[in-house]
Amino acid sequence: MNNLAQISEQRDFAVSSSSLKDVRSFSREVFEKVNIDQDLKDELVLAIAEAAQNIVKHAYQGEDTEDKMEIKISLADGNLEIGFFDKGRPVEKDKIRHRKIDDIKPGGLGTFFIQQIMDAVVFKEGEKPWINHLILSKKIDY
Amino acid sequence: MSYKVTEEGEISIVHLDGEIDMDVTEKAKEVIMPLIEAKKEVHLNLKEVQYMDSSGISVLIESHQKATELGTKVILKDISKSVLKVIMMAKLEQILNLG
Repeated sequence: MNNLAQISEQRDFAVSSSSLKDVRSFSREVFEKVNIDQDLKDELVLAIAEAAQNIVKHAYQGEDTEDKMEIKISLADGNLEIGFFDKGRPVEKDKIRHRKIDDIKPGGLGTFFIQQIMDAVVFKEGEKPWINHLILSKKIDY
Repeated sequence: MSYKVTEEGEISIVHLDGEIDMDVTEKAKEVIMPLIEAKKEVHLNLKEVQYMDSSGISVLIESHQKATELGTKVILKDISKSVLKVIMMAKLEQILNLG
C-alpha cells in the first residue's frame, strides 16, 4: 500500500466486450497500490469500465476488429488521470449525451455514471496512431 | 455470470451470480425475458452479483418495463451492496421494485 503513490501504468486491450473483465482486473490491480477507500476504488473501476465499454459500443459500434485500445492510469500529487486511446470512429462530442435524471430509458447510463464519479471528462483528438483520446480526471485524497 | 432458476408457484426466482457487464447482458436477457413473457412474476436474486455496470442496469430497466407492459412484475431481491450502490447512482431505487 502506498500512501504517497506516484503511479503510471498502462495496458493494451482487445476492443471487445470480452475484454471488459480484463479492464476491471487491471484497474483493480492498480488501485490496490493506493491507500484509498474501497468504495472509491469500486467507483473508479466502474468509470474506467464504462469508458472502455463506450469505445467498444460507440467508437467501434460493436464491430470485430484487430485494433487495441490503450488505458493509462496516472496518479501524482493526488491528481488521478485516466487516459483512453482508441483508433475507432472519431468521437462526435456534440452527440454525447448522458441520461436525464428522470429518464428511465436504458442507455446513456454509462456516460452518466462517468460524469457522476469523475471531476472532469475531456475528449481530445488522439495523436497518431490514435484517433480518440479521452481523459478522465479526479482529485484524490489519500 | 452464472444463474439458476427456481419456481415457487407462479413466481420464478432467478439467482444471478458473478459480474454482469456488456459481455453477458444478452445471456441475462435470454434467461429473464421468456419468464416475463410467460407472465410470471419474476424475482431476481442479486445476492451473489459482485459487479454490475450500466449494461446490467439496462437489463433491469428493460425487464421492469416489459413486466409492467405485460401486467406482471420483476422484484429485485437480496441486492448486494455493490449492485445497490449502482442502482442508487442511476437514481432508480424509486422506479425498480426493490423487495
